Amino acid sequence: MTLSADPAAIPESETIEEASFLRDTMRAFRRNRMAMVGLAFVVLLVLGAVFAPWISPHDPYRVELDEQLLPMSATYWLGTDNFGRDVLTRILYGARISLVVGIVPSLVSMAIGTVLGILSGYIGGKTDFVVMRLADMMIAFPSLLLAMVVMYTLGANLLNIFLALALVGWASVARVVRSQTLALREKEFIEAARANGTSRAAIMVSHIFPNVVPTLIVLFSLSIPEAIMWESSLSFLGVGVQPPEASWGLLVAKGKEYMFQAPAVAIAPGVAILLTVMAFNFIGDGLRDALDPSMKD
Amino acid sequence: MNVNDPILSVRGLRTEFSGDRGDVRVLDDVAFDVGRGKIVGLVGESGSGKSMTALSLMGLVPRPQGSVSASSILLDGQDISKLDPAAMRRIRGRDIAMVFQEPMTSLNPVRKVWEQVGEPLAIHQGLGRKAIRKRVLDMFELVGIPEPRTRLDAYPHQLSGGLRQRAMIAMGLICEPKLLIADEPTTALDVTTQAQILALMRDLRDRVGTSIIMITHDLGIIAEMCDEVNVMYAGQMVEQADVFDLFERPSHPYTRGLLASIPRATVARAARRMPSIPGMVPNLARLPPGCRFAPRCGEVMAQCHRPPDLLSVGDGHAARCWLHAAGAVLPEGEMR
Repeated sequence: MTLSADPAAIPESETIEEASFLRDTMRAFRRNRMAMVGLAFVVLLVLGAVFAPWISPHDPYRVELDEQLLPMSATYWLGTDNFGRDVLTRILYGARISLVVGIVPSLVSMAIGTVLGILSGYIGGKTDFVVMRLADMMIAFPSLLLAMVVMYTLGANLLNIFLALALVGWASVARVVRSQTLALREKEFIEAARANGTSRAAIMVSHIFPNVVPTLIVLFSLSIPEAIMWESSLSFLGVGVQPPEASWGLLVAKGKEYMFQAPAVAIAPGVAILLTVMAFNFIGDGLRDALDPSMKD
Repeated sequence: MNVNDPILSVRGLRTEFSGDRGDVRVLDDVAFDVGRGKIVGLVGESGSGKSMTALSLMGLVPRPQGSVSASSILLDGQDISKLDPAAMRRIRGRDIAMVFQEPMTSLNPVRKVWEQVGEPLAIHQGLGRKAIRKRVLDMFELVGIPEPRTRLDAYPHQLSGGLRQRAMIAMGLICEPKLLIADEPTTALDVTTQAQILALMRDLRDRVGTSIIMITHDLGIIAEMCDEVNVMYAGQMVEQADVFDLFERPSHPYTRGLLASIPRATVARAARRMPSIPGMVPNLARLPPGCRFAPRCGEVMAQCHRPPDLLSVGDGHAARCWLHAAGAVLPEGEMR
């Protein structure tokens, strides 16, 4: 049997270059205007957060009691809060915490949820039972209470916020991924892969996972705003970020008391949350479409 | 090893499924051979066990509900019936490959065609991406995919059904397997494409010498493609013959029924109702005690309440029917 042409017979100049998956995806993503706007906003926000000390002439923590609750002006673009601190500066510093809190725990819970969900759905049997009962337990528990318990016992710092949010978040991801895996494993291409001698691990990694990615991206773009909200709730209840540190949720919580004297103090960070959440949703939609092969033509 | 030995020799293949209402034997004592470089057909109605035979050979019967046992399954002299799942995995895709019925869903929609077609190479030969790409390109040319170079990076939805089935055949043959199992490879394709795919498979058999098991319910395909035919009914082989013999001297009433049910384009026949076999395939959980075809058979006799064996009716031709037993009482006008 000789199926293969002699490899030497193909001239070297014709060795077939592979079209890069990443380049394909990037091109498709760039064509999506809303996604690009979202991306631009997030990039600006990240730059603003990172370079806040150089951008803003104000100190976010210095109290100026004779400059309380000033309206918008050339010096204080969004006015000042009840301690005379510049609101815009505090939003920029708050972005540091809110962005990290939005992204990191989401990534962690996505990672845990995806691995457990695929294992549970594909292997089934006892694995499935154990993972899903664990997930049921996590979901049955009031998540806010669970997060508070974690924060209270381990102490209120950023790392523990990540831990608490990941602990609360993985179960719903695992459920969604499991149900997708259950549908996928019955597909004919999985049987075809098995007929090729593909191992179970390889099927999960290279056949199931790529089909779950679009769902994960949607879940991710939804979980970022959720995580920002969670952090706000925890901070509001006093077990999250501690003043005088600033996070957006904390700014809204503290600012709402001065709603009538200086509405910008509460509304401005609220708008920041809204815009960021929207930007991530646009990015998520764009990525999902860009990753779908049938949208690339 | 003798070149005249069959590439595949199956003996006593039994596949059972356990369910809530007891065990169901979906394959009962299936035995057949596939000669080197031959195309062997498995024909039968839906539920006769054709596809289950393929899955049993591949070790792909779903566990733990299904269980497969066999006295022996010799693949090129090696008994693969007692291999553990890991060893069986190394056989799949390398020594036995399979082409499925639905080319539309047999390829992963989010992966490029070349990655999937080349997957067996990565698994069984550990080749690098560049080498695999080159081999896939060769295979694309071999199976007649036009513009193979640009098709490498295509996604499945960018290919037509015929091209996808060609890609599936390329995937099946890429490790140069000893045996290719084609499970209704053309059922989902339109008639023109069907003819092209069949011609391709015949051509590949002639050029590459692959032995092929062709599973189909279409006797036209059998007549066109196969060297030998196995007719299955309710999990059993009911007739085995050379393809010419089968069409010339169908010896089991079921085979005759199948042949009679082929629609013909002649005017005289067109006026008449299309002939069909009365009744339905029996429920495998409640089989008749004797011959499984007896309830639908027009030639049923007293002996038929006892299960018949495969009886020889000529050189390499056997039928599971009492009509061919010595001393059988033949119905009026029956020819032997």
